[in-house]
Amino acid sequence: MATVVYKVGDDVSTDAVYPGRFMATVLPSETPQFCFADDKAFNTALQQKAFAPGSVIVAGQNFGCGSSREQAASTIKGHGLVVIARGFARIFLQNSINLGLRTVICPALEAEVGDEIALAEAHVRNVTRGADFPIVPLPAARQAIIDAGGLIAYTRTRLVAARAR
Amino acid sequence: MGMTVVQKILARASGLASVNVGDVVEPAVDMAMSHENTALVINQFLEIFKGTGLEPRVWDPSKIAVIFDHRVPAESAKTATNQKKVREFAGAQGIEKFHDVRGDAGGICHQVMAEEGYDRPGAVIVGADSHTTSHGALGAFAFGVGATEMASVWALGRAVNIQVPATIKVVITGRLHAAVTPKDVILHLVGLLTAEGGNFKVIEFHGDAIAGMPTSGRLVLCNMSVEAGATAGIVPADAETVRYLREEAGVTDPLDLVQPDADAVYDRVIEIDVSTLGPQIACPHTVDNVKGVAAVAGTAVHQIVIGSCTNGRLDDLEEAARRLKGRKIAKGVRMLVFPASWKIYKEAMTRGYLGDLMEAGAVIMNPGCGCCLGVHEGALGDGETALSTTNRNFHGRMGNPNSDVYLCSPAVAAASAISGVITDPRKEG
Ligand code: SF4
Repeated sequence: MATVVYKVGDDVSTDAVYPGRFMATVLPSETPQFCFADDKAFNTALQQKAFAPGSVIVAGQNFGCGSSREQAASTIKGHGLVVIARGFARIFLQNSINLGLRTVICPALEAEVGDEIALAEAHVRNVTRGADFPIVPLPAARQAIIDAGGLIAYTRTRLVAARAR
Repeated sequence: MGMTVVQKILARASGLASVNVGDVVEPAVDMAMSHENTALVINQFLEIFKGTGLEPRVWDPSKIAVIFDHRVPAESAKTATNQKKVREFAGAQGIEKFHDVRGDAGGICHQVMAEEGYDRPGAVIVGADSHTTSHGALGAFAFGVGATEMASVWALGRAVNIQVPATIKVVITGRLHAAVTPKDVILHLVGLLTAEGGNFKVIEFHGDAIAGMPTSGRLVLCNMSVEAGATAGIVPADAETVRYLREEAGVTDPLDLVQPDADAVYDRVIEIDVSTLGPQIACPHTVDNVKGVAAVAGTAVHQIVIGSCTNGRLDDLEEAARRLKGRKIAKGVRMLVFPASWKIYKEAMTRGYLGDLMEAGAVIMNPGCGCCLGVHEGALGDGETALSTTNRNFHGRMGNPNSDVYLCSPAVAAASAISGVITDPRKEG
């Protein structure tokens, strides 16, 4: 079980997740400090490691729209959080898959900060409210990257095979 | 069953006779572009090779373009060090389409790609920047990726796990009013589709208004297609595409003018008659919060911005200069102009546009992304309002979460610079 620790609405951009002024910082080991930097309270709580790994960010439609900056995925992953959204913007979703940030598409999700959530194969269970919400599975092609442990590992295997030929 | 332009491009690049929407393909990449974030791409690229015993070499240096634009010249030691690392890597790998910080080449990556002739109809172009959709203006399938995906392309020469997208056909007809521009058309469309209406889809542009539109305007439409969430925007190549590539980009090799089949299947068809369209404006803090300018006319502004990969081209600067020549920017308003490339800067200088803008009180900045993403210069103060020809108005986009950004055409921006408040350019001279 995991707790919802943050809730945002529709169309949250990667500028909100990881403001442009920190873009010169690129390494996944360094990006977590600027996670949601413009929301001082949440950022401070993250810095103080107030949330257990696996804690949940709940979002509306089109989470991660805008800039393709990959820091937006690595900064959330660095805190061990999971994002459950009604929908994701394409590039952000792909970046999350590539980097191993756990993202769950759950179009009907209803949850508030403080709710307890259990993730099952096909649905998200809001334990606090006693309700289940179906998950939209990822296309098989994207699942292959997750199964490989991310795009770096996936490409490494492909590369070795291709250059051995 | 007929294919859309993007289906045809993906079929060709994947070595298949045809592809269906939803198929997963691995197209060969014709051009891979990145900017300052190349520093991260390099990092991920080297990671891929770790433990393989293989020497880290990019698959084809002639198909890689690296263009510095986001923070030029470097604003911090950190950026300068990143740029140095990229410069050394480009040299070692033999990447010749490398555009460093210099005045005889370069500018914003999306403009440089077009004017250098790196964009070709029928090509698969990936860019580590969301506005890579721009390059669809020249009939290419061009989409944005993250840095790790770019590293994977550098290693394999292919984009992996690409799902063939559905296409929305947008037919634009009619004649634009003199003070109404392609920017107003795309703002209107983004408002109509909403910020996610095009998510995972391609927008294919058709209609007589497109046929008569120069490449500079098509770049605006495709550039901002991503603001409706679209994977790509594309204008099927035509006579204007050939003219631009031959006359302006100096391309001499044969061109593959890929066309959609007459019986191509579209996700939906949207028809827009632009003859009655007025100037549009995207209000804070989402790009799809679009209104007619009249709805917010009179709103006081503190910073006017003309530039970016959306509206920093010669015709944009010409429009602004024509309106501001012999006049003065209102007191208390600052106007920042950053041309999209050095080529444009030079031409605007030769034609006197920059002089006219300076006489009016504008500050001419060096080509690059300037204040568009709030990391370099031109940040806003608390409570200030910007009116900008750029493409995003998210909270904090221009460097300060306690400010407002409105998005508009160069005509609206210039008319408002004179009055100091948001102004309909049809009312101004
Ligand atoms: S001008 Fe703005 S939108 Fe265009 S590439 Fe630069 S930062 Fe991105």
